[in-house]
Parts: sequence; structure tokens; C-alpha cells
Amino acid sequence: MTDTLDPRLGWSRWRRSWWYHAATYAHTWRGSVASTIFFPIFYLAALGVGVGHLVTQHTGLVQGQTYLHFIAPSLLATTAMQLGEGESLWPVLAAIKWIRNYHAAAATPLEPEDIYLGKLTWVATRSLGTGVVYTIVIACFGALQSWWSLTLPLIAVLITLAFSAPLIAYAATVQSDGSFMTIYRFAFVPMFLFSATFYPLTAYPGYLRPVVQLVPLYHGVALARAAAFGRGAWGAVLCHLAFLIAMAVVGVIVGRRTLRRRLVD
Amino acid sequence: MLLRALPRFGSRRSLHVFERNFMVYRSQWIMLVSGFFEPLFYLLSIGIGLNHLVGPLPVNGRLVSYAAFVAPGMLATSAMNGAVIDSIFNTFFRLKISHAYEAVLSTPLDVADVALGEVWWALTRATAYAASFIICMVLLGDAGSSWVVLCWPAAILTSLTFSCLGLAACTYLRSWQDFDTVALVQLPLFLFSATFFPISLYPHWLGALVAFSPLYQSAALLRGLSLGQFEWIMLMRVAYLVALAIAGITLAARRFQRILAP
Amino acid sequence: MASDYVLEAHDLVKRFGEFSAVKGVSFSIERGESFGFLGPNGAGKTSTMRMISAVSQPSSGTLSIFSLDPRTQGPEIRGRLGVVPQEDTLELELSVRHNLEMFGRYFDLPRKVLRERATELLEFAQLSERANDKVENLSGGMKRRLTIARALINRPELLILDEPTTGLDPQARHLLWERLYRLKREGVTQIITTHYMDEAEQLCDRLVVMDHGTIVAHGAPRELIVQHSTREVVELRFGTDSHEDRHLQLAPYAQRVEVLPDRVLLYVNEGDDTLRQLHAIGVVPTSALVRRSSLEDVFLRLTGRTLVD
Repeated sequence: MTDTLDPRLGWSRWRRSWWYHAATYAHTWRGSVASTIFFPIFYLAALGVGVGHLVTQHTGLVQGQTYLHFIAPSLLATTAMQLGEGESLWPVLAAIKWIRNYHAAAATPLEPEDIYLGKLTWVATRSLGTGVVYTIVIACFGALQSWWSLTLPLIAVLITLAFSAPLIAYAATVQSDGSFMTIYRFAFVPMFLFSATFYPLTAYPGYLRPVVQLVPLYHGVALARAAAFGRGAWGAVLCHLAFLIAMAVVGVIVGRRTLRRRLVD
Repeated sequence: MLLRALPRFGSRRSLHVFERNFMVYRSQWIMLVSGFFEPLFYLLSIGIGLNHLVGPLPVNGRLVSYAAFVAPGMLATSAMNGAVIDSIFNTFFRLKISHAYEAVLSTPLDVADVALGEVWWALTRATAYAASFIICMVLLGDAGSSWVVLCWPAAILTSLTFSCLGLAACTYLRSWQDFDTVALVQLPLFLFSATFFPISLYPHWLGALVAFSPLYQSAALLRGLSLGQFEWIMLMRVAYLVALAIAGITLAARRFQRILAP
Repeated sequence: MASDYVLEAHDLVKRFGEFSAVKGVSFSIERGESFGFLGPNGAGKTSTMRMISAVSQPSSGTLSIFSLDPRTQGPEIRGRLGVVPQEDTLELELSVRHNLEMFGRYFDLPRKVLRERATELLEFAQLSERANDKVENLSGGMKRRLTIARALINRPELLILDEPTTGLDPQARHLLWERLYRLKREGVTQIITTHYMDEAEQLCDRLVVMDHGTIVAHGAPRELIVQHSTREVVELRFGTDSHEDRHLQLAPYAQRVEVLPDRVLLYVNEGDDTLRQLHAIGVVPTSALVRRSSLEDVFLRLTGRTLVD
């Protein structure tokens, strides 16, 4: 038996990269576990219960739901996005440029594609874990109404991948982290606030609605809501799914190339 | 007492620390500008949607729109966020990562000058932040009265308080991972300081607890000023923020001394 | 009273809680000389440096720098000092040139003067071509040279260098030494800590040897060697044999024998003679080297330890 790796058996190599990322995370998990559990509780308590109380007094139900139930799925979606974003910019550039551990990994039998896919699967793993915690928290607040809500963790994974794959591809091309803060503040914060997250799409003036529908997170939020409440037109759901999958696939295609170019060429 | 403390506390040389920060920020201005935009985006988002879902709220007998209710809270939040970026994040970098302060201390400046210089910088940034945010409030129609101009000094005071507390807090951080803890403090402060709903919604005991939050005191003060509703309790709020600022900077100076010149 | 001494320390002590890093050291430094502190890591050198650069206060003892009291006149003293810390404390967020100019501002120097001085110092540090680069992208040797250039921005009367060449490659070290000679010729008093013998011998007119927070010897490098060691040293290595066993056999042929884990040192006046005698009695080492005594030997004699361990 030789120890050489069959180049076709991708997983046998990129799972090493997955392990590597998991092991790194093992050093730093404490803080992020606390935020994974407490942040949804904080948001649901303040916005769902607190602001929800005011909404109920004035408006009553929002799209047939209490305000608490209405925003609970969108928090899962936004958190999945933030996870993908937080894991894919600074940490990737650090691994390429400052700590240079991706260069070390590229000096082993791992190909840059393996590193990329290992990173991506690791982010997806974390997203799955976070998704499960969120689904439980949301269930505790009584916001789950259908068996479809069991798919919420998977939806979280899809949303994370849709953001993570292209962002890693981008992070592999930059020389400094100068643009990251701008992306965070001027793309992700507005996306968090303007993706029909905290109120229905109908609150926007008619001419703005198509614009909102082009925002990637909007599709994540809509998908999560459809799953939590078990209602939603099949056509619309497929459209949301297609949008997110397309982002992830394009990200993977580009990212494999950009990371190779950065590490090897 | 304050007057007696002042001459000992730092010197004119502290302005050079300000100068240094200015030099750095010429290349990093986007970071500071962006800190200002976050609460503005909140304000815009609330104006579009939640404003209609929540409807007007009574504040001291006057009905105000939800956006006008939230705006002062967002102003206070922008002061807090700016302080977190500058006084915690950037100061931590210079204190523990690049050790740039150690170099400064081998010049005629001493520890008090460094701490004071950071406060000058924080104040300047706060002045600009607050002014632009208040202008946005007025333009969006979220200012309750023309007394809103008084929010300017009050927001600067808020920034000062959070900067002093931030300077003290950053000396306790050991690594970047500890910033998870910072976020774990910052987020509940932001969400629960009666920024999004009146403190009267809380059970009595919880409301008493929230009253300790400097962000609540600041938001309540700014809300009163924005609506032109003056009460004696506002003086208490100002006093609380000033007291926290003094406590923060005193602790910060002592901790800086211990770390930089043991 | 004008003093010829730039710095006078008497019975300096530095305590951190229960632990005493410096346990009562006294020394005086004359104008224009290069004064060295030699000792292993943890000997108390850096704590001493921080006291004499008027940053940290002595726990007890008296210290006067430029005939001023660092307790009350710290800013004035630091205005006339240049300090090169053990680790580079450059502003990573600023360019090379801005590092120099900004640092000069802390000394209240006008911008116009600083622009000229920065240009001069960039030349001195051979960094003119990197003037607008970010510090992050410089090599270790370049950063070190920039740190030294930075310490010169206020034209200091006294330059304090804490381990100036640690971590540099030989070429970068020699370049630095050459720059330091040049400053000495210009009359800048220098205080240097190091744990490299050759560096101390090259750079220092006088030095003190520190160990466990106290001064164990002081004098000019040559004097110290004459005083505490023999003229020559024979270094012997024996293949797989235990070096310990050689002590008795070799002792009659040298004034002193030191057995180290990897070699045996014989302190003698004529190394070649000793080697011949050893050959005659059938001692065949795998390798033998005759060299002149160095400060390393002085240190070994005084503390029973090697400097770099």
C-alpha cells in the first residue's frame, strides 16, 4: 500500500483541509459559541418581544404572524449571512498573507482547490451547527409552525455558502484588508437592514421592491420564512433556491481559480 | 477637585498623540466614516418600515413617531460604536500588538499625555459624528423640536464617556479573541437600553437595572433634548455620564501606567 | 556642579511585587563613551534600561541623567535621549518616512526641520528608496535600522540600545555596527545591552557584566579578559566519550578546565604548546581549536554559565 493520494478522490484530500480549519477553530471557539447562543436570544427578546409588543398594539399581525414570529426566521438568515461573511474575508487574507498557513498547506500534497473546498465545507459545518442552535431558539420562542422548519439548518448552510464561496474568491485576490471594512459597512449592514428582514416587502414603495428582490439576502430571508411557516408558492421558493445556489456555484468556480493563482502561480 | 487634578493630568504634548492619529486616519478614514453610517442605516430602515408598523408612541404626554423616538437612541449608539472602534479596537492594536505607545513613552510624552491625547482625538471624532448625525435627523424629519441642537454637546459627552470606558476596557483585553466578549457587551447594550422601545415596557425591577446602562442614560437625555422636554432628571443623567467618564479615564491612566511603565 | 558623567546610578533597585529584577547596581557613564551591559536573558538588563531611559521609576537608589532627576524631570531627560528598544515598536500603520517625522513631532520639532532630518536619516539607514513603503513590508534588518534612525531624530546626546542586533543576519549586523561607530565618532554617548560577546568587544569602551540582577564585574573588555581569563583557550571535542570524565585527566595541563556539554575548554597561555603536550600523552580529540580568550570566557568564569543558553 502506498500513501499517495488518488487525485480523483478529492474528498480524501480536502477533508484534511477541513480538519485543519476545525482544529484552528478549536482554539477560539469559546467566544463564538457564546455569541451563537446569546445573539439570537438578544435579538428576539429586544426586537421580537419588545418592539413586537408595540407592533401588536398598533398594527396587530404582520402577514398573518405576530411580529416576533415574523422576524424570527429572518434572524436565522441574517446570521447565516454574517457567518459566511465573517469567516471569509479577514481569516482568509490572514491565512494567505499574515500567518501564511495556506502557503504551508500548499507545500503539502494539498492542492489550492482542496484548501478552498476544505475551508468552504468547514464554514458550512459551522453554519449547520449555528442553524441548529437558532432553530431550537426560534422553536423556544414558538415561531415554528410546520415540519418544513426542520430544513432551516440546511437553509442556513445554503445562505452561508452563497456568501462565503464568492467572498473567499474575492479575498484571495486582494493585497490588503482595506476594502473589507467598506464591504462590511456599506454592503452587509444595509443588506441586514433592507432585505425585508424586519418588515414585509410591501412596506417599500412599489418602485423599490424589484431592487430589494435583487438583494441576495432577501432570497435567504424569504426562504427561511417559507420554511418556518410552511407556506409559500413553489415557484417563488424555487426561484429563491436557484438564486442562492447560483451564487454559491459561481463562487466555487471563481474561487478555485483565484486561490490557485494566489498560492501557486 | 477636577481643577486640582487637571494640571497633573497630561500636558500640551498630548496634542501630538492627536496629530499621530490624524496622520494614520488620513489613510483609514473609511473606517471612521463607516462607523457613523451604521446607525444612520438603522434610522433609514426604521423610517421605511417599522415606523408604520409601530405607529406613534407617547413620550411624556406627547405623541411622537416611532422614528423620532428611535433617532436619539441611534445617535447615542453611534457615539458608542465610534468609541468601540477607536478607543478599544485601535488602542488595543497600539498597546498590545504594535507596541507603538512604548515608542511614544521614550519621548518627552508620558503615560497621562498618551491617555489624554486619545481623549482629544475621541472628542474631535465625536464632534464630527454627532453634528452629521443630527443634520441627518433633521433632514429625515426625526427631530422633535429645534432644541435638537442641544443634542450636539450631549452626544459629545456620550462619546467622551464611552471613550474613557473603552480606554479602560481595552487594557484588560488579552487577544483579538476577547473582542467576542466586547461584542457580547455591546449588543445587549444596544438592544436593551430603551433604544427601540420605552423603558416602561420592562417589569419594574428590570427597568431599574436598565437605568444603569450608560447608553440608556444617554438615549434618554438625547430624547428629552430632541423633543424639547426638559426635566431635572436630565441633570442626573449628565452627572452619571460625567462620573463614568472620570472613573473610566482614571482607571485607564492607572492601567496604562502599569502596562507601559511598570 | 557640572559633571563629566552623562549618567550616574547608585544602588538602583527595581522590584515587581515580590520579585527583584535589579538588586542594587551602581555605575557611571562618561560623555562620549560606549558603555555595555552584558548578560544573559533575565539578568535585569532591560529593567535597567527602562530605568535609565526615564520611563520606569527605580524602586530605590539614586539615578541622575544629565545631572537631572528622572523622577521629576522625565520629559526634559527623554527629550535629550534616543532609545532603541529590544523589539521594534514602529508604527505599522504609517510609511517609513512618516514614522520618522511623526516621532520627531513628539519632541516638538518643527515639521520643516523634520523633513530635512528624515531625509538625512533615511540616507543614514540606507532606506531612502523605501521611504514611502509601509513598515509592514520591510525586512527585519530594515526595521531595525529604521528604529535606530528614529531614535536619532532628536539628535540625542545619549543613545540607549537594547539588544540592537538580536535576530539579524551577519551582514545586517555588520552594517549596524558600522553605523554605530560613525555615531560614536560624532560624539554620541552610547549605552548598549547585548548577549553577544563579539558585539560587546567590538562596540564597548567599558562594560559591566550582569547576572541575576547584580553587576558581577566591570571594566574595559580587554581588562576584563586579562583579569578573569588566560591569554588563550583550547577547545576540545571528543567523539562519543563523556566529556565529564576528561576533567581529571586534563586538569594538570591547564590553569583551569571548564567542561561544557559539547566541549571541554582549557584555559592556558600558549595553546599550541598545550596541544602538543596532550598529543604526547595520547589524548586525541575529534577536533581541537586554539583561540584567544573572549568575554564569553569571562562570563563563564564569573557565573559558571554560558551567555547564550
